Amino acid sequence: MIQAIVFLPLLGALVAGLFGSAIGHRPAEIITTALLGVAALFSWIVFIPFWLGHPEPYSVEVMRWVVVGDLDLRWMLRVDTLTAIMLVVVTTVSSLVHLYSIGYMHDDPHRARFFAYLSLFTFAMLMLVTADNFLQMFFGWEGVGLASYLLIGFWYTKPSANAAAMKAFVVNRVGDFGFALGIFGTFYMLGTLGFDETFAALPAMEGATIPFLGANLDAITVLCLLLFMGAMGKSAQFLLHTWLPDAMEGPTPVSALIHAATMVTAGVFMVARLSPMFEMSETATLFVIYIGAITAFFAATVGLVQNDIKRVIAYSTCSQLGYMFVGLGVGAYSAGIFHLFTHAFFKALLFLGAGSVIHAMHHEQDMRNMGGIAKKIPITYWLMIVGTLALTGVGIPGTPLGFAGFFSKDAIIESAYAFGGWSGSFAFWSLVIAALFTSFYSWRLIHLTFHGKTRADHHTFDHAHESPNVMLVPLYVLAAGAVLSGVLFYGVFFEHAEHVAEFFGVSLVVDAHILEEAHHVPTWVKWSATAAMVVGFITAWYMYIRRPEAPKELAREHPGLYQFLLNKWYFDELYDAIFVKPARWIGNALWKGFDDWFVDQTIVEGLGRRVRQVTDQVTRLQSGYLYHYAFAMLIGVAALITWAIAAGGLLG
Amino acid sequence: MILSNNILTIVTFLPLVGAFFILLTPGRDEVSVLNIKRIALATTVVTFIFTLVMWGMFDSSTADFQFVQNHAWLGDVIGYRMGVDGISVLFIVLTGLLMPMCILASWDSINNRVREYMLLFLVLETLMIGVFATLDLAMFYVFFEGTLIPMFLIIGIWGGKRRIQATYKFFFYTFTGSVLMLLAIMAMYWIGGTTDISRLLNVDFPPEAQTWLWLAFFASLAVKMPMWPFHRWLPEAHVEAPTAGSVILAAILLKLGGYGFLRFSLPMFPDASLMFSNFVFVLSVAAIIVTSLVALVQTDVKKLIAYSSVAHMGFVTMGIFAGNIYGIQGAIFQMISHGFVSGALFLCVGVVYDRMHTRDIEAYGGLVERMPKYAFAFMVFTMANVGLPGTSGFVGEFLTLLAIFQVNTWFAILATTGVILSACYALWLYRKVIFGALEKESLKSILDLNRREVLTLVPLVALTIFFGFYPAPILDATNASVQALVDQYVAATGIEPVVAHVDVSAPVAATQATEAAEPAHASH
Repeated sequence: MIQAIVFLPLLGALVAGLFGSAIGHRPAEIITTALLGVAALFSWIVFIPFWLGHPEPYSVEVMRWVVVGDLDLRWMLRVDTLTAIMLVVVTTVSSLVHLYSIGYMHDDPHRARFFAYLSLFTFAMLMLVTADNFLQMFFGWEGVGLASYLLIGFWYTKPSANAAAMKAFVVNRVGDFGFALGIFGTFYMLGTLGFDETFAALPAMEGATIPFLGANLDAITVLCLLLFMGAMGKSAQFLLHTWLPDAMEGPTPVSALIHAATMVTAGVFMVARLSPMFEMSETATLFVIYIGAITAFFAATVGLVQNDIKRVIAYSTCSQLGYMFVGLGVGAYSAGIFHLFTHAFFKALLFLGAGSVIHAMHHEQDMRNMGGIAKKIPITYWLMIVGTLALTGVGIPGTPLGFAGFFSKDAIIESAYAFGGWSGSFAFWSLVIAALFTSFYSWRLIHLTFHGKTRADHHTFDHAHESPNVMLVPLYVLAAGAVLSGVLFYGVFFEHAEHVAEFFGVSLVVDAHILEEAHHVPTWVKWSATAAMVVGFITAWYMYIRRPEAPKELAREHPGLYQFLLNKWYFDELYDAIFVKPARWIGNALWKGFDDWFVDQTIVEGLGRRVRQVTDQVTRLQSGYLYHYAFAMLIGVAALITWAIAAGGLLG
Repeated sequence: MILSNNILTIVTFLPLVGAFFILLTPGRDEVSVLNIKRIALATTVVTFIFTLVMWGMFDSSTADFQFVQNHAWLGDVIGYRMGVDGISVLFIVLTGLLMPMCILASWDSINNRVREYMLLFLVLETLMIGVFATLDLAMFYVFFEGTLIPMFLIIGIWGGKRRIQATYKFFFYTFTGSVLMLLAIMAMYWIGGTTDISRLLNVDFPPEAQTWLWLAFFASLAVKMPMWPFHRWLPEAHVEAPTAGSVILAAILLKLGGYGFLRFSLPMFPDASLMFSNFVFVLSVAAIIVTSLVALVQTDVKKLIAYSSVAHMGFVTMGIFAGNIYGIQGAIFQMISHGFVSGALFLCVGVVYDRMHTRDIEAYGGLVERMPKYAFAFMVFTMANVGLPGTSGFVGEFLTLLAIFQVNTWFAILATTGVILSACYALWLYRKVIFGALEKESLKSILDLNRREVLTLVPLVALTIFFGFYPAPILDATNASVQALVDQYVAATGIEPVVAHVDVSAPVAATQATEAAEPAHASH
């Protein structure tokens, strides 16, 4: 079963990729989508027993991989609760995105290649979530990076797409640099890279130190921080986030699948999978909290002013990932995973909805050229509303009434408050403010796109049309998830600590204390997120419906702040100045200066010249006169005898 | 068994038989030129089959030399000694694998003096296999140096515009180093009383002699490798060499350096190896970082790949002198993998060079439009170059980095930056050449891979991916010999073998007690 789930997408990728031109586009689409559908069905079959009962986790060995010395790494498929959740998320969203893409990409001349990449991505993601050891996780990790690279750059004639693809890969590699060092360090300390063996050995690591950067540091903290660096890259957290907005250059279904629902959550999954390790280091968990909170806040501020419909949602994703990390950092791992689970549905819905808008508007993505199209595409409109309600977390605290995001986001915010202390408060307030911003930019998106008078040109507006059913059906399914996934799964993810612990078993650390605390926070805390959401909604309504000239005035009054936000806090410019330009400058200096000038011209050719001078001198010695040679010989013999006597005398 | 006694002699000298037949083929007309090519191809293919047979017969459970031949030859000193162990066997297979591809890659692109060209390649094959197969120090030197001559001629006659300068540099660098190695070889004979490598391996060289011998070998091997900063000859030589010459240079000749370190420096001069290990690590890390940065700003496709080769060889030297099983297994794997990946990359360059006659990166762009098969193959090799898991390029990099982390975390951190830098230059190259809009007039009629080119690249694509997922055939073949080498090294130098730094099996309290009592334990 599990083999089928993982390898059917690979099969689809191979068929579509290698034989796509032979069998034609339509068969390639159908084959990949059907195989993914089967994988999704199987995933639910695997998941439901975990949900309803408590089956034992198990692992299936596929074959040997790197076996050297004590290192015994095999290709393994591990299934436990955490994996089962991810299987469901990945295959469900992926199969829906496959289906959607049949409509969205219908006039692209390279469709078969597109579907091959999508399926390849799914395979790599499944390898990641079923990994039984660090290295297989790293394989999946880099594999999804490759697929992401290929898909962002899918429209290879666009220079911006190529640049974005490369940026995504390289920035992720920066994260992977840390991940790799974390793996080496784990092996250095424990002599194993299997998850179970590592977790079993963890108690022995209490207080152990590792020599790192010239100091002996607490080993577990160093390892967790290094590994987390990988998570920061993959999940586009603050400092390593710059690739995610640019990744929107890829086709929209890709953004939905990879850059919203699945791949970017790999970092969250990693921290959850390694939760026994992170639990041991307070420094590391605090770092996770801070990074998560800062990202949630930072990305939300940038999202406020973006004009590209997909970039707004991208920053929103970035921000929501920050929420998840806060959940993990405060010890409410299940809450973080819960948000991952619900977020996959509503964010994929929003992205695919945006894709439907873009499709309707003939590939227009700038919201300044939209407006008033609600009547033209009513189904998309209402589905987007559902997605927005879920994202902003609409619901009534204290009751089981609410959209998916309401349950999971509030769970995290309450846990952050319950965590307490300075860092808990910092996280709590960052998340509440971010919730306000989330609500604002989400409704801003809806207003700018669907409401008011249209700013699109006549031709585009008149020809705007609802998407075909093949694109709408996935939206219906995701909308159902956006409405129901919160209320249905609240029980196993967050409600009672013992239920949660029973559900996850050994696959995740469940800290009963923090979960209990989170349920007993003051009422104002429970209402804070909802209040923030309402404030954001009203502000958006005021600024974009009631007084549409207000945003422009605001931007005019605070040009510095506006430019700062519009330019994403100038991170791209900063990185270009500190990393990219110096690297090229140093490269040139080393090449032209060291290699060409110093080694080549000075040493090697200089040596050549010197040799020629010496040989010229030597030639002059060969005068041809016998007595010259005889004299030289005499001196030589004399020197030799002297040396022999001296050496002999010394030795004797 | 007759075959197992003579298999090494067969694979070594079979190419010379082919060369002999080429000499017998008269005429310079088209028919005889075609016949010459066919003879060369058939010879290399048969040789390859024999190398595979040899691998099949190879017993990977023992660290001893196999298929040994030992006959007195010149005086009582130099003998005809052949034999392979886990360290050398795969290099012979690699040589056998790449030769037919080189012949195929030269099929249409070499038009003048085809007879001499093919002759030189076959002679070169004999010499290269000889280096790995011989167990006599003097013969090793002859083979090792002998490879210079055909390569020198191949670049000098069939090379590009600045070939004379390139050959001068090539010869200057490699020969200067080799002279010192020759002195060291003579010294080893005086000390050890034999040139039999298998007996020399058991000679205890006095520590002060080790230092000088190590340095003399280093002079030659570091140039061959090439290690930074002795690498300057390589980009020039690559740029000027014909495609097949580049392939052989990158895939096999560079590996002679690594093989030499494994065969001589580490087992015979262990104390010196340990003493100089930090020095080697510094140069290796410099190779990884510096040459990667230099690769980043190249405008010539071949130069970029050549610099990336230097960076990849940095992982090899680092792994070898890490002195533990992960490092050495990783180094060998990296060499084998780099053999077919860099060879394939040069073949890829050759494909477009044959069509466009330029190596300037700016002259290309948007090739995927007209050359999808090519783009796919190039992608696979680019990813292997980047060290993506699932390609053969990953395993070696991973193991060598894992190994160096056991020895020194500073070097590990610095060397791991290579994974970022390699992504930068490799993807930049790919983006410039393959992606983008196909706008240049000259490229609009470019053709995708023909059948001959598909035939050369497809096996390499398959191997790159196969060994990425299932590296066991290589790792298993080398395991016993490497284990023996590591044991010997550890015993000779007295370094601590690699163990987990936290005792996994011990109960918690006990471990903590040892930590407290022995603070140096964890900080090793």
